[in-house]
Amino acid sequence: MAFTQVSKTKTASRSKRETVLSTFRRDYQLWLMIFPAIICVIIFNYVPMYGIQLAFREYDFTAGLTGGEWAGLKYFEQFFNSHLFWDLIRNTLLISITTIVVGFPAPIALALLVNQIRWKRGKRILQTTVYLPHFISIVVLVGLLNVMLSPNTGVLGLLLAKLGVEGNLLASVTAFVPIYVLSDVWQHVGWNSIIYLAALASVDPQLYDAAKIDGANKWQIIRNIEIPAIIPTIIILLILNMGSVISTGFEKIFLMQNSLNLPISEVIETYVYKTGIVSNQFSYAAAIGLFNTLINFTMLVIVNTIAKRVARISLW
Amino acid sequence: MASISIDKIKAKKPKDLLFDTFIIFFCLFIFFVVAYPIFFIVIASISDPTFVSTGQVLFLPKGFSLFGYEQIFADTRVWIGYRNTLFYALFGTFINLLFTLPAAYVLSRQEFRARRFLMFFFIFTMFFNGGLIPTYMLMRDLSLVDTPWVFIFNPLTVNVFNLIITRTFFENNIPHEMFEAATMDGCSHFKFFSTIVLPLSKAVTAVIGLYYLVGHWNNFFTGLIYIRDYNLQPLQIVLRDILLSNQVFAEGAGSGGTGGGYAQRYADQVKYGVIIVSSLPVLVLYPFIQKYFEKGVLIGSVKG
Repeated sequence: MAFTQVSKTKTASRSKRETVLSTFRRDYQLWLMIFPAIICVIIFNYVPMYGIQLAFREYDFTAGLTGGEWAGLKYFEQFFNSHLFWDLIRNTLLISITTIVVGFPAPIALALLVNQIRWKRGKRILQTTVYLPHFISIVVLVGLLNVMLSPNTGVLGLLLAKLGVEGNLLASVTAFVPIYVLSDVWQHVGWNSIIYLAALASVDPQLYDAAKIDGANKWQIIRNIEIPAIIPTIIILLILNMGSVISTGFEKIFLMQNSLNLPISEVIETYVYKTGIVSNQFSYAAAIGLFNTLINFTMLVIVNTIAKRVARISLW
Repeated sequence: MASISIDKIKAKKPKDLLFDTFIIFFCLFIFFVVAYPIFFIVIASISDPTFVSTGQVLFLPKGFSLFGYEQIFADTRVWIGYRNTLFYALFGTFINLLFTLPAAYVLSRQEFRARRFLMFFFIFTMFFNGGLIPTYMLMRDLSLVDTPWVFIFNPLTVNVFNLIITRTFFENNIPHEMFEAATMDGCSHFKFFSTIVLPLSKAVTAVIGLYYLVGHWNNFFTGLIYIRDYNLQPLQIVLRDILLSNQVFAEGAGSGGTGGGYAQRYADQVKYGVIIVSSLPVLVLYPFIQKYFEKGVLIGSVKG
């Protein structure tokens, strides 16, 4: 037995010595197949990371991606001292946290609800319907909001006017966040529930039988069997959601923006777009963007660490 | 065992009955809230604008009118946008699949040494990126700005999420023994992939192909950031101009703002119509391909 073990380690070490050359020769076809994807990701994902240094340099038209002279933290200071800084942080956090607080539990509740339906056909119809809005484009969604909420001609606008909600909701500072969040839930709640429904479908049927024999009612089954069954899924998705806690949906906010709701709807990402792409202050905009990315990344790591400690669940 | 549980179900407790009634009402409520706006747009687009704007069209179309659709069919902007998006979506999806499928196959091969490292290399881009400005600078340096290529080659050309879905599918559905048997017969990776793996993977190809396709169809961002030439703009930018910037009529009339009135009423009619026209491909295909979309989430949720 000792003998076989020795010979095994010997072959293992020999194959390790040969790795670089021989595995390349053996796997060259595999390398060729993955090559386009690697090149593509290097160019379009990693080169921009290298280009982040623009945030620490003066923008120079001739130097291109990497920027010109070293500027240090100048542009970060400019951002922190900007009169817009706290407004941007407040708006970004308000919108993203409300979205998570309302939008995260909604699909869980929907999945538990749909899971209760015994009528197969009805369940199918409901599922098909609630998944559909996920595939509507953001432009169409915001257009839909505009025509339906229009105070004079929109069907929802007219209804709300009858209930005593006056004025144009789309130009209102107070209504912006509720409209943004509720329409987000409307669009994605069904789609996001799929993954929980899959987790619920894998619950051991014996648990249900045992609970019924013990005389548990439906509510007790939900609380003691179904919710614990989807907890791991909930945690993984919560970590992933926290990773984008301060990256709001740029496109939707941008499209919902107008001069009247700007005090609440200007967020970091729309501001980056305006300073960078529209007004060509590239270094300044790159610095703001990097600030945003760093906070997101840090949040992700923190939440993942907490989840690892508390629930032993981790993304990596 | 089964007989016991059936007996238990039949002997419903009054509390459960209340619970069931609540469930039914709540489900009907959700169904209504989700389905109604979509239904409303459809009936509003074929009704008389006067009835729609005064709130008389609620559940049935009233005073049949195709004014909106006539305007849209006469509007060249919509057709240019449609043509561009169709091209970007079809060609783009082809390139996406061409890059993603072989890469996913390679990442599913257990004997491939660099597998773990490359997996990290791809996944890292999900959590960290250069941000808008450096990406824009890169596109400008590559002279991709204001060309159709920017829709095809961009940071989403290889979508890591789709890559993981495909890799997981290959790992679970292509038995290792199959490759060993094929190599015995002198089959290379290329040949094995194209003649055995791909025909066995129609389901996952459909899933990620559709994800990519819908992504291209709904893409608004790329046009906004990288395209200035109106003849290259995708459908979503044209839609934005019509729906949100209120440039409803190609001649420039009808921008009545939210002030209402005669012009606005007709402008809204065009908007209802254009929502339908632009979403039509997705809405028509949706019932048939819905199960594929769902499948994608389920494959992806298996942690790899």
